[in-house]
Amino acid sequence: MLRLEKRPQPSRLWTALTPILAVLATMVAGGLLFAALGKNPVEAIRVIFFDPLFNDQVASFARPQILVKAGPLILIAIGLSMGFRAGIWNIGAEGQYIMGAIFGAAVGLALYPMDHALIFPLMVVAGALGGWLWAMIPAILKIAFRTNEILVSLLLVYVAEQILASAALDLLRNPDGGGFPGSRDLSEWDTASNLELIAGSGMHWGVVTAFIAVIAAYVMLSRHILGVHLRLAGQAPRAARFAGVRPGMVVFLCFTVSGVLAGLAGLFEVTGPAGQISIDFNVGYGFTAIIVAFLGRLNPIGILLAGLLMALTYIGGELAQFMLGLPAAAIQAFQGMLLFFLLALDMLSNYRFRLVTREAV
Amino acid sequence: MIQPITRRGFAALTLAATLPFAAQAQDPTKIGFIYVGPVGDLGWSYEHDQGRLAIEEAFGDSVETAFVESVDVGNDAESIMTQMALQGTDLIFATSFGYGPAVNTVAGNFPDVKFEHATGYQRDHPNVSTYSARFYEGRAVIGHVAGKMTQTNKIGYIASYPIPEVIRGINSAYIHAKKANPDVEMSVVWVYTWFDPGKEADAARALIDQGVDVLMQHTDSTAPQAAAAEASILTFGQASDMAQYKPAPRIGSIIDDWAPYYIQRVQDVKDGTWESGDTWHGIKEGMVELGEFTDVIPEEVRAEAQALSDAIAAGEYSPFTGPLNKQDGSAWLAEGETADDAALAGMNFYVEGLTGEIPN
Repeated sequence: MLRLEKRPQPSRLWTALTPILAVLATMVAGGLLFAALGKNPVEAIRVIFFDPLFNDQVASFARPQILVKAGPLILIAIGLSMGFRAGIWNIGAEGQYIMGAIFGAAVGLALYPMDHALIFPLMVVAGALGGWLWAMIPAILKIAFRTNEILVSLLLVYVAEQILASAALDLLRNPDGGGFPGSRDLSEWDTASNLELIAGSGMHWGVVTAFIAVIAAYVMLSRHILGVHLRLAGQAPRAARFAGVRPGMVVFLCFTVSGVLAGLAGLFEVTGPAGQISIDFNVGYGFTAIIVAFLGRLNPIGILLAGLLMALTYIGGELAQFMLGLPAAAIQAFQGMLLFFLLALDMLSNYRFRLVTREAV
Repeated sequence: MIQPITRRGFAALTLAATLPFAAQAQDPTKIGFIYVGPVGDLGWSYEHDQGRLAIEEAFGDSVETAFVESVDVGNDAESIMTQMALQGTDLIFATSFGYGPAVNTVAGNFPDVKFEHATGYQRDHPNVSTYSARFYEGRAVIGHVAGKMTQTNKIGYIASYPIPEVIRGINSAYIHAKKANPDVEMSVVWVYTWFDPGKEADAARALIDQGVDVLMQHTDSTAPQAAAAEASILTFGQASDMAQYKPAPRIGSIIDDWAPYYIQRVQDVKDGTWESGDTWHGIKEGMVELGEFTDVIPEEVRAEAQALSDAIAAGEYSPFTGPLNKQDGSAWLAEGETADDAALAGMNFYVEGLTGEIPN
């Protein structure tokens, strides 16, 4: 008889292997789903995973789009992973992302149509500040009153959405927009626009910042005492206290990092790909980043790869919709399978199968 | 049957943007659609998809259509339309207000691809057209019916976004409900979404709790109908007939019929006569249709509704005819004066009698 037995330590081999297995399992299960919908499963998988990267006709546009999508996901996920390692659950990155965009855009629009080299850097600072301030609400409430940060940060997303709607309708509304909601198009105002740094590459400042964040996080976690403290706080809070880690400080730091990075992601998005503050500016990057953080095992390099993979399924999924006529819901189910299989297969790294012979009673 | 765009016969990517239109004339005309909700919403996106199917029916093998559903505004819309353009699509229908900036950006990059933007106003390039329907004409008729049918004198209205199109609908419905029943009050709830069954159902229940017994909506799902069925109150189908809720709670409906316009525009592209323009059709042209009024409504009210609809179609009556004041009491339209299209297109105020504020 097979029995599950907890491993004394998670298996390193399986930890590395399970993401790959999960992707393969998703391909098989997704293929079955697509076949059931009357599509050629091999073709569908090819359009989703390979065409955006290697098909000559689509790749030259799709590849940069993968970076554009992956940039904010990676940036936010890196910030969240710090907290998740320490057992601090910032679920409200979407709200911090929105506030970063609003703060940054507001500073830029206040100076419109001035032209100065410092305007964009100023907006970046304001964006970071916006995300940070919004993250400080759950952080301070947790430190001072021991409130549950999951609940507070999540609910603040909906508050941020209301502020966003109000900003698009009133405060930041384009005075030349004929009364329609939405701010001026920042991407068309050179001073404040965050466009591709190299034409056709998809690389904008947000993507660059995401890569820098990956490297910084990697160095910090592997080389800096702060990385050890974070992990300790998550795995053994009591031991962490003996080691001189102040829990309040950990909460403050984790929310600072995740809030700032989410705010920056929002700022780079509103000045670049999105272009303007609109009522439905946010499209769920802050929530998807949670999946990316776990898909990447809270490891900076893993998050980088997971963000790119997630972005690939988005771009490939859109291609599959209009090239093969697959419904959007099937693509979403497909993306859901990826997380499902990853979590299910996680069992393999934490547990092992033992064959036990049953003794006669 | 969905006919996806295949990659057969595509021009080389680098040339696709600059290839003269004539070179593609032999191939089927490729038409792309982007929808803000799922095609299965049985409301707004569903009706646009019916228009797409009507194109396939009318042109057969000489067209290929494809669609992407539930497309977020902003970068996603831009990315998908760019992909469509790169794949040799000749005509793209972007079927929600929010796609405006994306449509105009992509249209600037692909001058040979024609763009049709529903309910929009931005036409920055000669290859962008905008089109919409005079939904407010239909709302006048169902507003009248709602005023006659309410017992509690409370009508609920689930509104999506505070843009002129939606505000026009609220005003038109209110004016005609009030004419039919001077005691009527209207409560508006803003849900900031075009399609979210959960939020729409919550809004419906909140309104029902306030004593509303007739419900109107400017959102796309049938969730409000389901909530109304539970509470035994009355509703109207929105965008689609929503006939599955007949004869009650759904006692009437406004149906968007895009097929004639879509077929015409495809024909224009095929003939090379497509031009940028702004189309605004109503009951007369058939873009706005009134679904069957069920016999839950007394016969004389049905007759009044029909007469109102006929008068609008014949151009004898405009839903915005003075005397009308704005909400703050200031004069808007004098006795017998009617609002012109420019005033309607930018409408950002409630008429007198409506309570609450337009969010800003």
